Amino acid sequence: MSQTNRIDGGLIDRARTLSFRFDGKTFQGHPGDTLASALLANGVRLMGRSFKYHRPRGPISAGSEEPNAIVELRSGARQEPNTRATTAELFEGLDARSQNRVGSLSFDLLAVNDLLSPFFAAGFYYKTFMWPKAFWEKLYEPMIRRAAGLGSLTGEPDPDVYDKGFVHCDLLIIGAGPAGLAAALTAGRAGADVILADEDFVLGGRLNAETFALGDDAGADWARAAVAELAAMPTVRLMPRTTVIGAFDHGIYGALERVSDHLPQPAQGKPRQTLWRIYAKRSLLCAGATERPIAFENNDRPGIMLASALRSYANRWAAVPGREVAIFTNNDDGHRTAADLLAKGIKVAAVIDNRKSDAPGTNRYEVLAGAQVIGSSGRLGLSSISVRLQGGETRTIACQALGVSGGWNPNVHLTCHQRGRPVWNEALAAFLPGGALPPGMTVAGAANGAMSTAGALASGAAEAVAALADLGFKARPADLPEAEDAPVRISPLFHVAGKGRAWLDQQNDVTVKDVKLAHQEGYRSVEHLKRYTTLGMATDQGKTANIGGLAVMAEMTGKSIPETGTTIFRPPYTPVAIGAFAGRSAGKDFRPVRQTPSHKWAAEQGAVFVEVGMWLRAQWFPRPGETHWRQSVDREVLATRKSVGICDVTTLGKVDVQGTDAAEFLNRIYANPFAKLAVGKVRYGLMLREDGMAMDDGTTARLAEDHFVLTTTTANAVGVYRHMEFCRQCLWPEMDVQVISTTEAWAQFSVAGPNARRLLQKIVDPAFDISNEAFPYMGCGEITVCGGLRARLFRISFSGELAYEIAVPTRYGDALVRRMVEVGREFDAIVYGTEALGVMRIEKGHAAGNELNGTTSALNLGMGGMVSKKKDAIGSTLSEREGMNRDDALTLVGFRPVNPAETFAAGSHFIAMGPEANAKNDQGYMTSVCFSPNLGHTIGLGFLKNGAARKGEVLRAVNPVQNVETLVEVVSAHFIDPEGDRLRA
Amino acid sequence: MIIPHPLLGPRDSQEFTYLGDANLIDRPDWQAEDAVDRFHDYLYLRDNPAGEHKELWFHEQGDRSWLVVTRNTLTHEIISAELARDVARTRGRSK
Repeated sequence: MSQTNRIDGGLIDRARTLSFRFDGKTFQGHPGDTLASALLANGVRLMGRSFKYHRPRGPISAGSEEPNAIVELRSGARQEPNTRATTAELFEGLDARSQNRVGSLSFDLLAVNDLLSPFFAAGFYYKTFMWPKAFWEKLYEPMIRRAAGLGSLTGEPDPDVYDKGFVHCDLLIIGAGPAGLAAALTAGRAGADVILADEDFVLGGRLNAETFALGDDAGADWARAAVAELAAMPTVRLMPRTTVIGAFDHGIYGALERVSDHLPQPAQGKPRQTLWRIYAKRSLLCAGATERPIAFENNDRPGIMLASALRSYANRWAAVPGREVAIFTNNDDGHRTAADLLAKGIKVAAVIDNRKSDAPGTNRYEVLAGAQVIGSSGRLGLSSISVRLQGGETRTIACQALGVSGGWNPNVHLTCHQRGRPVWNEALAAFLPGGALPPGMTVAGAANGAMSTAGALASGAAEAVAALADLGFKARPADLPEAEDAPVRISPLFHVAGKGRAWLDQQNDVTVKDVKLAHQEGYRSVEHLKRYTTLGMATDQGKTANIGGLAVMAEMTGKSIPETGTTIFRPPYTPVAIGAFAGRSAGKDFRPVRQTPSHKWAAEQGAVFVEVGMWLRAQWFPRPGETHWRQSVDREVLATRKSVGICDVTTLGKVDVQGTDAAEFLNRIYANPFAKLAVGKVRYGLMLREDGMAMDDGTTARLAEDHFVLTTTTANAVGVYRHMEFCRQCLWPEMDVQVISTTEAWAQFSVAGPNARRLLQKIVDPAFDISNEAFPYMGCGEITVCGGLRARLFRISFSGELAYEIAVPTRYGDALVRRMVEVGREFDAIVYGTEALGVMRIEKGHAAGNELNGTTSALNLGMGGMVSKKKDAIGSTLSEREGMNRDDALTLVGFRPVNPAETFAAGSHFIAMGPEANAKNDQGYMTSVCFSPNLGHTIGLGFLKNGAARKGEVLRAVNPVQNVETLVEVVSAHFIDPEGDRLRA
Repeated sequence: MIIPHPLLGPRDSQEFTYLGDANLIDRPDWQAEDAVDRFHDYLYLRDNPAGEHKELWFHEQGDRSWLVVTRNTLTHEIISAELARDVARTRGRSK
């Protein structure tokens, strides 16, 4: 069987034949076809099953508004669910499958749902499946999901690339029908930067689907010539296959370009789709109009479609759903379809025109004035319709296709994206753009109610002139050809009264009855109606359904449509794949990582890395034979404390602070005093938030009278810098101080352990004396290393050992770590990772991120005395609040297990011996825990009420998550070298 | 959104970090009698207008200027953008 329903003419390339498959069966079509047009040409009307009831469905439209013909395209990793057959461009080898069926498309086992329809009426979700509760998760939900599914995903990674694009223009014209083309010609000839975007793969809009002439040309020919002229203009960018999906703030538009959807796979180096962000000074919406159906009993049978779609298939694609058609209309446009089909040699059985006296008469086909279609028959496809004639008698008319024309709805969607609310126009019986449009947007053509071709052309040209005048262009409206200028003659009819089910929203299976039921149950607002019945909530956003539902609602309430109101539309205009939103931010590129200067060296050593913020840091360095991370970490800690260890600390934030007011500035952003810090000295600083809670801590070195370098924690580097700029610019604008982040500029290593100085002496140039006397604890200086390389040396210690941090320009970081390891061999120097770093800081009792957790004050951290009351500093005033200075405030102390063999976990809460472990008896919580290889047991830091005064007390560390309790003793937080002798050695 | 940076011209809002109410510029005097109360109000009490709102934006992916942006919270219309430093000076902030 080949293309039995293919007729003459059309904009398809008959010179080439394309093979494609639908549900495993092979068919032929031509370039220019959509999947839907090719299937219709092959005599296939049944293309899908409905959402709830699994009723057989065929396409009702020839465009992106399609609710029914939703299919899966391609197979394997490129499989794509829920695409509209009516917009899918045919290509050689296209593999398509119908969706939402169990069994075959023509024998769907779940069609039984249709018989059970009384149970699936509006709101069935809320009524039917509430009890028993356990059944919801285990039975009802999986069952409903299976039954009401759309297409399926493969689960395989998408092999294609999706791109983002950014483009600017004077005028964005949305839609390339007669209005859009006239506007683009006008604007392009004036020299404006124009983007003309259209979702279709052939520009021209309905000019490609109509038979009437523009001047001496066929509409499609005029469109082709206009597009050719525009393509040659240097300031005009044509974007076919591009849907403008949303109108966002400040003239920004989202547009999805389907770059390669029409190809078996993207060409080398090309993306599958590109999501454009268009920055437009002005936009002109020329989105046209969408025809709406009239609901009647069993109006969802394959073969029943919009009259304009029937006309498009015949005129543009030379395809018909059957050789014998009927038309059901309430306006003159339905008669156009009859005339066009007749001209193509298709038998028009009758035109059923709801209007009595207004129905135009003709002798070319039978017009049944004042009649209505009241039913249809045909298993899996239309074979006849029942018509109630004006006099009341019923007649059955055989036909394989029925075109339904209920009038045209202007495509106002984008005008609503910033809450513009459309207004009802009585003469057109349709909503027109209303309320506040997105700034800079105007509307032309059918989207604005200019429903004739001449009207669309003229309004497109005029609106382009007006939009450009705002921008200072003197444009002249393009010379326009003569075109049809028929008025809209319509007698509104949205549904035919009857007892059976008449479908309003075919994608979500909402009937006239459902709307009536919702009304009976008290859903009187259109917004509630929409949500209760799900009318207009499917992937098509109810483009063919909303107005019908609204009209039924209005009828029920006895109000007019404008009194009933309307829902508005949100982006996107049509569905967009998540991949397009992600663009290139997928897989590894979703979250880029930063590598430290010693990363390459560490990787060579087999380091295990951990993500810290965006940084990858070496966590530990396993050696041969070490099978458990603890073995590596314990070794690194012991070796450092015994001799010397090296650690990359580049990730700590570094901020350079300069200016005559630099010292005073630091004095104000740190709670403790900084004004008197001597040149060549380093001081620990605690930074508070204005509410008195600890924000960050670090060390600040004074390199010169007016030059400081401070460090932040790795995680807060960005936030602290931002805060410093806020203080500088917003609070103290008169200060002479400049700050800049230099985190990336310096590679910095900690060198810690009794042999740290001896190791450094091997690389520090001899001109610099770093003996204990010349370079004491908390000293700093600018030095050179390795024969002249500039460096900075800070004698600071996080581990509690004799320790330094040495910084060199980042590009020398790799060389420096290699050199230090080499010269450190004689001391058995090791390189340690963040785990050992963490163990040593807990052993020393230093607070870190676990303690600076946003809920702790200086007092909690045991640093209450550091907050100076003699100066103004961020957070100092609110630190004085009574509630933050309670006698039983939490303070940071150390913990060890009473039985050294036992362990405990961070997050455990402290409960006194005896009382029940509940929130009321809570005494505080553990923040940091590790195994101390130096002490041979677990140690912890934690916040305990009045902790400083409770040393020696035994408490329970309760971990209700793991249901464990450990007896712990309160001890000093300084487990190692509490006197600090090692630091000063 | 597009923010008209007073030095750099129109910039995409993605380049900025948002902080909030520009009244954060008016940090109270720490030596006032009722300093704790004033700081409390400064930190915790905010207007949340439906309409024009002066707010602080940080050009983090740009020149690191803090801006005071006057924005209509209903329409996202941006009425003005000034350097926060200039605003702070006119509000009398100094050493």
